[in-house]
Amino acid sequence: MIRSLLVANRGEIARRILRTAATMGVRTVAVHSDADTELPFVREADEAVLLGPAPPQQSYLDAAKVLDAAKRTGAEAIHPGYGFLAENAGFAQAVLDAGLVWVGPAPAAIEAMGDKVNARNRMAAAGVPVAAGTAEPLADVDAAVVAARDLGYPLMVKAAAGGGGIGMAVARDEEQLRAAYVTARSRAERFFSSPAIFLERYIEHARHVEVQVLGLADGRVVALGERDCSVQRRHQKVAEETPGPGIGEDLRQRMFKGAVRAAEAVGYRNAGTIECLVDPVAQDYVFLEMNTRLQVEHPITELVTGIDLVAEQLRVAAGDEPSFDVDGVRPRGHAIELRVYAEDPKRFLPSPGPITAWIEPVGPGIRVDAGYAAGNSVTLFYDPLLAKLCVQAATRAEALDHAADAVAEFRIEGIKTNLPFFAELLDDPRFRSGGYDTTLIDQMHGS
Amino acid sequence: MVEIRAEIAANVWQVQVREGAVVAVGDSLVILESMKMEIPVIAEQASTVERVEVAEGQSVQPGDLLLILGVPR
Repeated sequence: MIRSLLVANRGEIARRILRTAATMGVRTVAVHSDADTELPFVREADEAVLLGPAPPQQSYLDAAKVLDAAKRTGAEAIHPGYGFLAENAGFAQAVLDAGLVWVGPAPAAIEAMGDKVNARNRMAAAGVPVAAGTAEPLADVDAAVVAARDLGYPLMVKAAAGGGGIGMAVARDEEQLRAAYVTARSRAERFFSSPAIFLERYIEHARHVEVQVLGLADGRVVALGERDCSVQRRHQKVAEETPGPGIGEDLRQRMFKGAVRAAEAVGYRNAGTIECLVDPVAQDYVFLEMNTRLQVEHPITELVTGIDLVAEQLRVAAGDEPSFDVDGVRPRGHAIELRVYAEDPKRFLPSPGPITAWIEPVGPGIRVDAGYAAGNSVTLFYDPLLAKLCVQAATRAEALDHAADAVAEFRIEGIKTNLPFFAELLDDPRFRSGGYDTTLIDQMHGS
Repeated sequence: MVEIRAEIAANVWQVQVREGAVVAVGDSLVILESMKMEIPVIAEQASTVERVEVAEGQSVQPGDLLLILGVPR
């Protein structure tokens, strides 16, 4: 049992982790930057430590400062949330070396999955299906063009050390490939400090579906359901739902087996997510990557399974048994998550600024994981996620109706948000039919 | 003369043109960065860069002047 926990993150996810820790009787420590002093997560922790100035490099990404904060407050364990230091194997190792508990997988597992090319190769070797692609990073743009001749277009150009859709682009011919390669490489260098680029066959009309896994303390891995994350803008998720529409039971079971095999192949412990591309017509899937941390959209899995994933993360990290019957997980109903971003609802451009009004929808089946409240300011230093509006109901149709009501009730003033986009989405026949894919938003805005 | 102004609050990440440069429709003039997103400011007409009013690393507010383009070609 962990008695004290430092949460090395900010906003909604810090608050969400702190909430579960508090209900478990764990003493909590928040860390924050100058820009976030007024946010709810800072005052809700038992103790808060100022890390430094607003830029992430000088605060949330400064491993030494985070470790020092843990030492000074006597925190036993560190939960990294998602983003920032969550998938940094070196940081995980430093936490362990400091004699602290790391709430996440072993550094070796983070490292194995962190390099996307290596991860693809390992998954293929473990018998998990992967999309056709380059087996090693490309030396230069000409190597990319040569590899493309074998693979065939369309292709996805990706950063090997990447994530979050940054630097990713589709190329449909050589000219597009050359342009995409240059852009991807410069972004990869800037955001991930590694210029390694690889190619993967792009699957048209694919759905982005992921499987939540939990590696237990005793070495077993369980699959806790899938989430469809196909509603995306700029290759970044905007809404997710579970169960995935268009996933037949046979495909679902194959994906669960593949996800468990993938996690077992790297000796995975704690919560993780296997991201896949699904061809709904062929009822087939390929492995994309593994996120070796708690996922943004984990709440919808919690809503349909009744499992508190953060509580289970803390139990696994402490070497304890899970609190639920691993053979008796039966998801109930349908759940959807809408990521409320500080951005305009048409072009999705950032909209930082002061929040003058914030009124959340309430009611049965509604869960809001929010990072902000009225009076807070949204700064331009961090991602635009304000809150996750999650809704659960008995059926998909009811969940969507319920979500539309909740969107109408959610009042955020002072900045622009994408709430009006969600009203549009929940009313869109393509989305309502369940037969959508990752091009849905482009279709909505193009037509 | 055409004034190019910032649409959003952001940091100036890259200034991609110099004064006197000839630009075509679709050329990227400046890349702003806000909330982990890069937002290129694109030339909407062929022209010449008369003045660059911002420097890399500077923060801008919506409506702030970024650069001035000459008469459309």
